[in-house]
Amino acid sequence: MRETFIATTTELLAEDPRTALVLADISAAAFEPARRRHPDRVLNVGIREQLMAGVGGGLALTGLRPYLHSYAPFLVDRAYEQLKLDLGHQDAGAVLVSIGASYDASAEGYTHQSPGDVALLDTLEGWTVHVPGHADEVPELLRAAARHDERVYVRLSEQQNRSAYPGTDLKVIKQGPRGAAVVLAVGPVLDAVLDTGLDVTVAYTNTPRPLDVNRLRELVHDEIVVVEPYLAGTSSAAVTAALSRVPHRALHLGVSAAEYRSYGTPADHAAWHGLDAAGLRRSLSEFLGRD
Amino acid sequence: MTVTAARPDLLSRITADAKHSPSAWSTFDVLWVLYDRVLRVSPATVEAPDRDRFLMSKGHGPAAYYAVLAAKGFIPQKWLDDVAGAASRLGHHPDRVLIPGVEVGTGSLGHGLGLAVGTALGLRAQGYLQARTFVLLGDAELDEGSNHEAIAYAAAAGVDVTAIVIDNQSSTHGWPGGIATRFHGWRAAHVNGRDHEALEAALNRRDRGPYVVVAAVEKKGS
Repeated sequence: MRETFIATTTELLAEDPRTALVLADISAAAFEPARRRHPDRVLNVGIREQLMAGVGGGLALTGLRPYLHSYAPFLVDRAYEQLKLDLGHQDAGAVLVSIGASYDASAEGYTHQSPGDVALLDTLEGWTVHVPGHADEVPELLRAAARHDERVYVRLSEQQNRSAYPGTDLKVIKQGPRGAAVVLAVGPVLDAVLDTGLDVTVAYTNTPRPLDVNRLRELVHDEIVVVEPYLAGTSSAAVTAALSRVPHRALHLGVSAAEYRSYGTPADHAAWHGLDAAGLRRSLSEFLGRD
Repeated sequence: MTVTAARPDLLSRITADAKHSPSAWSTFDVLWVLYDRVLRVSPATVEAPDRDRFLMSKGHGPAAYYAVLAAKGFIPQKWLDDVAGAASRLGHHPDRVLIPGVEVGTGSLGHGLGLAVGTALGLRAQGYLQARTFVLLGDAELDEGSNHEAIAYAAAAGVDVTAIVIDNQSSTHGWPGGIATRFHGWRAAHVNGRDHEALEAALNRRDRGPYVVVAAVEKKGS
């Protein structure tokens, strides 16, 4: 996904003179050809994430469309007040593109992991959040964001599904039996949900904000399970609001707030958080009362 | 309107108090000189893409800012009578969405300089080479580390931005060796923050690259 982001953003910089890119050293080498071609619009501020957000706000106020990029914990967690004030409070927008997700950097440890990024943005007004599940979903998300001035977060990950599902709508990937529970997978957790092999309706979205509430209401008649690749329960308020007139039972699965203090691989972390197929099968079976 | 006319009328109209708060007073002369003699912006050009930008980073004590904006016709003078009222567009910190002519909403310290660096770079990228970007900070505001990210980068990248630091010695631990030494790689000027001719001369200087004007006023609380 990172390579796709670099290629697409490099194209956007060449095609649209409104596009600007602000880096804080991360991925700077990969963007060096673009920087040489557009030195006024490709800016590397060094290891200064507060400034990256402030510069993004300033660029937006002059009419440019800034893309900001770093590891999720530095882009969002560290610069949270700059996102709140230098963008939102100024009524300005930017496109934030993160890498690292919840535990891509499993070996680097908790300092390089951001399970809480989407929850943090949920405290702020007007953020569209994309969590692509495949590299081929990324270009159209980045290109669509170039055409307006709103606030957009694109959460890239090294984890991805076997197939891409372009578009930002909520779609049914596998139809279960009549009256089956709906399991909504967000982004790269889709394959693990499918691999549980359970007789459920599996739905997918790469755009949890704004949540496609109309489609969700059409689908859910009784049981809804949300599986997210970031903090468990991040979408619970949005789902509850969407289904306020639908009697339903809900289960929200995702990354635990517990810090495991273990390294290993992203797959190890998925297992520890119960987000691999076996863990999901256990949680789903218990919730649905089936063995 | 002259400064002597604007100052007592409009400031006291906001504060309804003969003893105006020090933070409102400390910026008054700099703001007046900027809007009266330096900035290429008027109520008619607040949306012009090539206007000069002034960013009030130190959003505290904005009475003087509001008084100058009213005196120059950016906002109606009657707005000054109800600051922070339920229906007022003027709060204890300025909001760009609510106030014509205000470039950034501030209040939390340490945000204006980064926004100003981005603004200056955005103007340069679009070829508005005549447009200048000014940002006003307080000496205590420099305590915030975010400023030092912006200071170092502006010097390294040669950003055309003018920072004005109002020095009323309000930083708790002070700046031994002087404020300008914290702006490594910037051109610097020191002026009396009450001397309009000196302020005008310093603020109208145009060279490329980052520039800091330290405007000293009386110590806070004195």
